[in-house]
Amino acid sequence: MFRVIPVFSQDPEKGYGYSEETKPMLNTSHGFVPWGDSHHPDISQTEGTVDGRWVFINENNTPRIARISLKTFETEEIIEIPNSAGNHSSSFVTENSEYVVAGTRFSVPFPQRDMPIADMKGNFSGALSFLKIDPEHGHMNIEFQIKMPGFSYDLSHPGRGKSHGWFFFSTYNTEEANTLMEVNASQNDKDFIAAINWKKIEEYVKNGGGKMVPAKYAHNTWDDDTHTATSVMKKEVLVVEPKDVPGAIYFLPTAKSPHGCDVDPTGEYIIGNGKLAAAMTVHSFTKMLKAIEDKAFDGDAYGIPIIKFDAVNYGTLNQPGLGPLHTEFDTRGNGYTTFFISSEVVKWNIKDLKVIDRHPVYYSVGHLMIPGGNSRTPDDKYMVAMNKITKDRYLPTGPEVCQSAQLFDISGEKMELLLDFPTIGEPHYAAGISADVIKKNNPTKIYKLVDNKHPYGVKSEAETRVVRKGKEVHIYMSMIRSHFSPDNIEGVKVGDKVFFHVTNLEQDYDVPHGISMIGANTSELLIMPGRTTTFTWEPKEVGVWPFYCTDFCSALHQEMQGYVRVSPKGSNLPISFTLDGDIPGEEEE
Amino acid sequence: MKFKLIALLTVIAFTFSSCGGEKKEAKPSKKQPVKKEVQKEEVKVDASKIDLMAPTLDNKGIGPIKNITLGDIDQGMVAKGKEVYKTNCTACHKFKKRYIGPALKGITGRRSPEWIMNMILNSDEMLKKDPVAKALITEYNAPMAQQQISVEEARSIVEYFRTKN
Repeated sequence: MFRVIPVFSQDPEKGYGYSEETKPMLNTSHGFVPWGDSHHPDISQTEGTVDGRWVFINENNTPRIARISLKTFETEEIIEIPNSAGNHSSSFVTENSEYVVAGTRFSVPFPQRDMPIADMKGNFSGALSFLKIDPEHGHMNIEFQIKMPGFSYDLSHPGRGKSHGWFFFSTYNTEEANTLMEVNASQNDKDFIAAINWKKIEEYVKNGGGKMVPAKYAHNTWDDDTHTATSVMKKEVLVVEPKDVPGAIYFLPTAKSPHGCDVDPTGEYIIGNGKLAAAMTVHSFTKMLKAIEDKAFDGDAYGIPIIKFDAVNYGTLNQPGLGPLHTEFDTRGNGYTTFFISSEVVKWNIKDLKVIDRHPVYYSVGHLMIPGGNSRTPDDKYMVAMNKITKDRYLPTGPEVCQSAQLFDISGEKMELLLDFPTIGEPHYAAGISADVIKKNNPTKIYKLVDNKHPYGVKSEAETRVVRKGKEVHIYMSMIRSHFSPDNIEGVKVGDKVFFHVTNLEQDYDVPHGISMIGANTSELLIMPGRTTTFTWEPKEVGVWPFYCTDFCSALHQEMQGYVRVSPKGSNLPISFTLDGDIPGEEEE
Repeated sequence: MKFKLIALLTVIAFTFSSCGGEKKEAKPSKKQPVKKEVQKEEVKVDASKIDLMAPTLDNKGIGPIKNITLGDIDQGMVAKGKEVYKTNCTACHKFKKRYIGPALKGITGRRSPEWIMNMILNSDEMLKKDPVAKALITEYNAPMAQQQISVEEARSIVEYFRTKN
């Protein structure tokens, strides 16, 4: 493991979600939410190939999508998705990163209102959201939300190549059950894959289509100049009703409660992994267009035409295994599908619908990943299978044991297991890209001090100081191997709120410093060279209290420390601050 | 399917304890501990082979700078050097006072401009190979930080230092 990137959850190691600068990243319409449940990362693309600029990732519980920079390996943006609940069928990007999508796993009242749960059927809706990506900076904006029937939207993938301009979402619970779902949502023999012509809807919206409706959702952005996040509460969203854009949305019948909804690199085959079916459904994009032209429909669902199964289906792969979940692809016409119940990965030829190879995994595999899997050009030497269960495989560690992942060589006819390793938490899904692309992107090594626009930043020790503003005390502090400036501070009183604004003056690669203060009700900070970060401390007791560096920085790391003197509430002791007996910077000139 | 929060909390706490850091006197002579410490310091100074205040102007150091010819003091460069110095160097250096690193007053009288620039631009190698740099790190403990300074900026720092003699 090279790096853990906090996105939706607080991370005390890096101070993410604890520092004053990063707290706004976790703001939502429900207030500050300290955790998230992320599922599906996807890398941005240019012309159908992963380009390594950004990673998008969804949050399920409080529906959000985040964008991570692959230059800084930090979260730069988080946008909340209104009218959604259980943001599961996200966050997949189109082949030129035009859009990243979000689809709701729960249908809900749209907009939310007070109503009996039992009246769900016909009264709830499912939002499919299309977020436009700014090509230069990557900023996201919810361009439109499609107000779909109240099914559950499970997973999705974009069309590519010939099917570019379309997006496919798997659905379950077309029964619209609201209780005992494991039984009641498994009644229909077939559910649907929803095919959405987003180019058509984009055109409709460009011509003034859709309706702005009130909504409340947070849009949080990180600024790399001020090293600070801002949260803005948005107040409306553009909603499109399917009936208003005829010819843009169709349902493809797919066996049974499909989970994964995967599109092969050519864009021709759309594969529904029917987790309760004994067969896998392969639809043909070419047949779909023809069926639409011929109006080969089998009725409709809430006004959306259902294409006749035989008119869209390319074929089925019969009895390949038990519980198919997800499929990824190589460039040689093969699919690789995970089977949760029979614990295996099956390699099969899409055109021939024939199984070529199967390999057991240990155990109960969920997703698998081939680098560039959601693109026209998979980098198809390796495949990673991500397993949910490892019972009896590793050291027993109480009732909860680790999950695992397995790396395969898929360059030959047979899949070969190369490496098997336990993971932290459930390895849900992954995105892969060649290391060369990341290296070519020239990831950030330091933040230039001269470009530091943090309002509380300092450019040198001479600027370090302590300022009292009523009950607030602002410490403009610097750090460099291996001391703080100032490191002796007096005049702080019980009842004050002390802001440590700490700038790392280092301009060398891989020299972060940390800081922690005894009794501060927050985490330590980890500050990169050239960055300024803030934490607060509200001293409750009189005394002389220490702070120290928390990131091993040099042979004298253990000496990197200081003291703050805290006097009683009514004390008249003025603020003073020194380093080595001087006011910082005083001696020179 | 079981979906779970991937809680990735990697808190690594490095702790270095300086074992045996307290100076235990071999034979506790309760009467004159002060005298003993003074003796110890004297021995240390005597042992160092290089007088850090003695000029070593022939030593050009190791690094990208091979030859610098100094002309009349260029005030534009001095101003630039002062600015770069303030941002990148003052956390460890003062002119009149020993700080994290040595006091820099009179530095251009002791070290060649090439040596100064190589120390700024190539400190890692200098600290391993150059005899003066090696003696300096023995004395000061803290290695000179790399601050991503350009050749032009390093040259302007030398010009600024010429005004601080």
